[in-house]
Amino acid sequence: MRDVAVVSFAQSPHVRREQNRNEVEILMPVVREARERSGIAHDEIDFVCSGSTDYLAGQSFAFVAGLDGIGAWPPVSESHVEMDGAWALYEAWVKIQMGYADTALVYGFGKSSPGDLPEVMALQLDPYVLTPLWPDAVSMAALQARKCLDEGVLTEADMAAVAARDRRHAESNPFAQVKGSADPEALLAEPTLVSPLRKHDCAPISDGAAAVILAADDVARRVCERPAWISGIHHIVEPQDPGLRDLTRSRSTEIAADKAGVGAGTVDVAEIHGPFTHQEILIEKALGLGPDTTVNPSGGALAANPMMTAGLIRIGEAARRIQDGSAGRTVAHATSGPCLQQNLVCVMEGR
Amino acid sequence: MSDESAEGPVEIIQCPVELDYTYTAGQATTRFLRGVGEGKLLGQRCIVCGKIYVASRGACPIHGVPTGPETVEVSDKGTLVSFSIVRIPSENLSVDPPFAAISVLLDGSDSTFMHVLSDCPLEEVRMGMRVEAVWIPKEEWTTSLKNITHFRPLDEPDAPYDSYKEHL
Ligand SMILES: [Zn+2]
Repeated sequence: MRDVAVVSFAQSPHVRREQNRNEVEILMPVVREARERSGIAHDEIDFVCSGSTDYLAGQSFAFVAGLDGIGAWPPVSESHVEMDGAWALYEAWVKIQMGYADTALVYGFGKSSPGDLPEVMALQLDPYVLTPLWPDAVSMAALQARKCLDEGVLTEADMAAVAARDRRHAESNPFAQVKGSADPEALLAEPTLVSPLRKHDCAPISDGAAAVILAADDVARRVCERPAWISGIHHIVEPQDPGLRDLTRSRSTEIAADKAGVGAGTVDVAEIHGPFTHQEILIEKALGLGPDTTVNPSGGALAANPMMTAGLIRIGEAARRIQDGSAGRTVAHATSGPCLQQNLVCVMEGR
Repeated sequence: MSDESAEGPVEIIQCPVELDYTYTAGQATTRFLRGVGEGKLLGQRCIVCGKIYVASRGACPIHGVPTGPETVEVSDKGTLVSFSIVRIPSENLSVDPPFAAISVLLDGSDSTFMHVLSDCPLEEVRMGMRVEAVWIPKEEWTTSLKNITHFRPLDEPDAPYDSYKEHL
């Protein structure tokens, strides 16, 4: 295996509705900042990979417009996943492992605000039997939360505690959209939005973008004082139909965490991509984290959730804490699909 | 229970999808559309290579850097650099087939512009042909490209191939 590291990370400020800028205008400064911070010149980037979905913009091939923001002439080696940018990072990591590239630019962008996001997300379901019912994304998550509550896996108080913790952490994150929180007791006094979920249980709808630069071996050592070396990365998918899986635990995260080697050492920081509070609890359990791990110091997806980007941001945030020396070993998690269908786990360490 | 296999496979189900989007043009496209509302075609310049893009999305696709914020007015006349004769009807088109879909290099611009050619026999459509935009009456202008109904031929000699060969 080659040594591959995150050497640079940048993100946009995340907002509820970006009125003035289109997708390219949001993305371009972020890519530029990640590149400049890496010290790797444009023509030294061997591979470009992005994550986004055209359904957010409601335009076919919207992802191609994103290429305008990276400078694709002379032509570049490029790929795209209709997924969170975390999976684009996985593809780039594989490409580097295979020896086809030494460096990669990975980005994700999600202007989630143009459509009705919970409705748009219904299109990721089975088109014959589920999508025609239009179960929106919040209702799907609420079904999962109800099952977890009924089976005693977690409580509404646990969920409120997660929301309060993350959104208080977000106070020190200049890019976060939702910062600060009332006490959990006060949160629980609020009415439900889609029972049993309250507003604080749901990630905000966010417009934003993020970019990561990966580099291998000596390139990483040359450009970065303290690279965040990826010691393990894995992703696992479950059946699409939520009725075919155990919604009260995340088996795919458990397997991915095992394959990525989460348990092989202490975890200083974990960045979890949980768009709903109960999902964050399920992932925290599946990762097998102990009390010494600081979870979501950035505020997590509950503080800002740009679609197709929030998972990549978890990797960037977890890497950043290694680069600044505040952590020695970190774990990042990303999720995709309804009710935690697919999960990616990335372990990084300073050396 | 009826024997479903005897009825044959279910060949079609109706699942209408209707999603509403509130589109935000962004800074660069907004500058362009404001110009169109005043009967002008405004280009935006790359700060690295100086190329002028008309209907810019805000970036030089070559350099990945922002265009603008200043705008450069380009001509509504240009050179047809490529075309296709369309013979298939589409409910979203304002013209009836057959018609020529064209790619035009506007004078003063470094990027091509897609539109429709009319007022011209289809067998005369050719690369290098000089064309101009036909605008709807000024009092009907909005911030939409529908202000230009189509392009029509200009009574000028064809442009030499070298003048547009970079834009095919
Ligand atoms: Zn340029």
